[in-house]
Amino acid sequence: MFRNLTIGQHYPVDSPVHSLDPRLKIVFTIIFIISLFLIESFLGFLIVAVFLTVVITISKVPLKFVIKGLRPILFIILVTFLINLLMTPGRVIFTLGFIKITEEGLRQAGFMAVRLTLLIMGTSLLTLTTSPILLTDGIEALLKPFSRFGLPAHELAMMMTIALRFIPTLMEETEKIMKAQKSRGADFESGNIVSRAKNLVPLLVPLFISAFRRADELAMAMEARCYRGGVNRTRMRQMKITRGDYAAAFIFTVYIAAIIMFRIW
Amino acid sequence: MPIRAENIKYVYSEGTPFRTLALDGINVRIDRGEFVGLIGHTGSGKSTLIQLFNGLEPATEGKVEVDGTQVGEDKKKLKLIRQKVGLVFQYPEYQLFEETVEKDVAFGPINLGLTREETDHRVKEALELVGFNYKKIKDASPFELSGGQKRRVAIAGVLAMKPDYLILDEPTAGLDPAGRNEILGQVKKLHEVSEVSVILVSHSMEDIAKLVDRVIVLYRGKVHMQGTPKDIYSKADELERIGLGIPQIASIVRDLRNRGFNIKQDILTVEEAKEEILKEVRRRNV
Repeated sequence: MFRNLTIGQHYPVDSPVHSLDPRLKIVFTIIFIISLFLIESFLGFLIVAVFLTVVITISKVPLKFVIKGLRPILFIILVTFLINLLMTPGRVIFTLGFIKITEEGLRQAGFMAVRLTLLIMGTSLLTLTTSPILLTDGIEALLKPFSRFGLPAHELAMMMTIALRFIPTLMEETEKIMKAQKSRGADFESGNIVSRAKNLVPLLVPLFISAFRRADELAMAMEARCYRGGVNRTRMRQMKITRGDYAAAFIFTVYIAAIIMFRIW
Repeated sequence: MPIRAENIKYVYSEGTPFRTLALDGINVRIDRGEFVGLIGHTGSGKSTLIQLFNGLEPATEGKVEVDGTQVGEDKKKLKLIRQKVGLVFQYPEYQLFEETVEKDVAFGPINLGLTREETDHRVKEALELVGFNYKKIKDASPFELSGGQKRRVAIAGVLAMKPDYLILDEPTAGLDPAGRNEILGQVKKLHEVSEVSVILVSHSMEDIAKLVDRVIVLYRGKVHMQGTPKDIYSKADELERIGLGIPQIASIVRDLRNRGFNIKQDILTVEEAKEEILKEVRRRNV
């Protein structure tokens, strides 16, 4: 059940995309998201799709794996599609009872669906190619300048590291407890919404207890190793911009330039 | 009627870089009333195999049969199979969730759709089987109990379903020697008083040697050897090669034999060893 979840999952292979500086990758991802909102035509999305395909190919992450990551948000995409399809006013091209589909609606709906799909694929590529530790290191480095204004950059990053670190653990735990309860005849798969929610109690209670227990243990273990926040902490791995990063920055700039040119033209 | 596993293969994370072959051509058979030990190093596939026995995981290849019913063939029969094959996971105390011990143990029987009286009767019986005073324990919160007690409540939760096969995955992990002996003693008693088959999964040779009729050794997803504990422990060197020890007393006996003491080879308990050593000492004095 949980093995299909790709969001936030790292795909550990060695590729030029994987070895990029995490700070750059985060910035690229943010700009990539913005670029998606600059686009006003389907042809523009073609550029994005081509760029994304190239990056995925270089990253050695199987396309199947990236697409699988879309599954959990398929529902959101579908809802967005339907809302846009049915709610956009314009020239009616199809009616069935009270349902009216307009040309603009169809266009808008398709547009949003493509945009969301590309958005998720692009951002999941960041987590697929960057280990959680590097990712939070990157976030911390990027937030550092704001710590002058009282932003707890290190603490935020540490919280994120811990949260990410415990996703697989808690999932494993969930699966284990689920199996244990199934062995006792529990049924998580059938019934209506109310009974299904009720059936989750035997899963959620042990899960929360174990999460609290883990949090306690972790806090204790960190204190035992004299952790006291980010002040004066140095890093074992220093992040350095390499030649590969410059090359990537160049390629990315070309991509952005293409998008902007396309929009102006 | 037995549990039969034929040519079982099990693959984890197919189609990703994490793909691993956890089980590779397993053939085993567990008969009614048997007491079987399943041992193997961490990652040898023990825990995966037992999950196939009650249909929690489907085999990638091959088939598992419980009393003639193929597991997983008919989804509706899964509940019946899970009742027949009771599985106690590692650290089962982490699955407790109800407000009282009584309610928690009743979870299984209620899921089976038993009547109120039958459920109450089974809960009482199961809690007594694991050595509790029913009246005293039934209204306690499972979260107030000690680690060993919690574990016994969790085991009672499975026993209350009256399984024909009881599988225990490392039931003594993390317990102190007293808690360990208590649990193993109860399992032994349970096997003697009822007709339940017990499959004890462990990597501790000490536990298994004393209890089981037959040992199945898993190594890298394959059945490496099987036989009586005496047969298995006579191959001490082989066991050590695959990362398993032999009971301490058996290794002392082996060392004594290697130094020329004339002692029987297939000794598994301290008692037996004492007798043999005394015999040898007397022989030498004469």
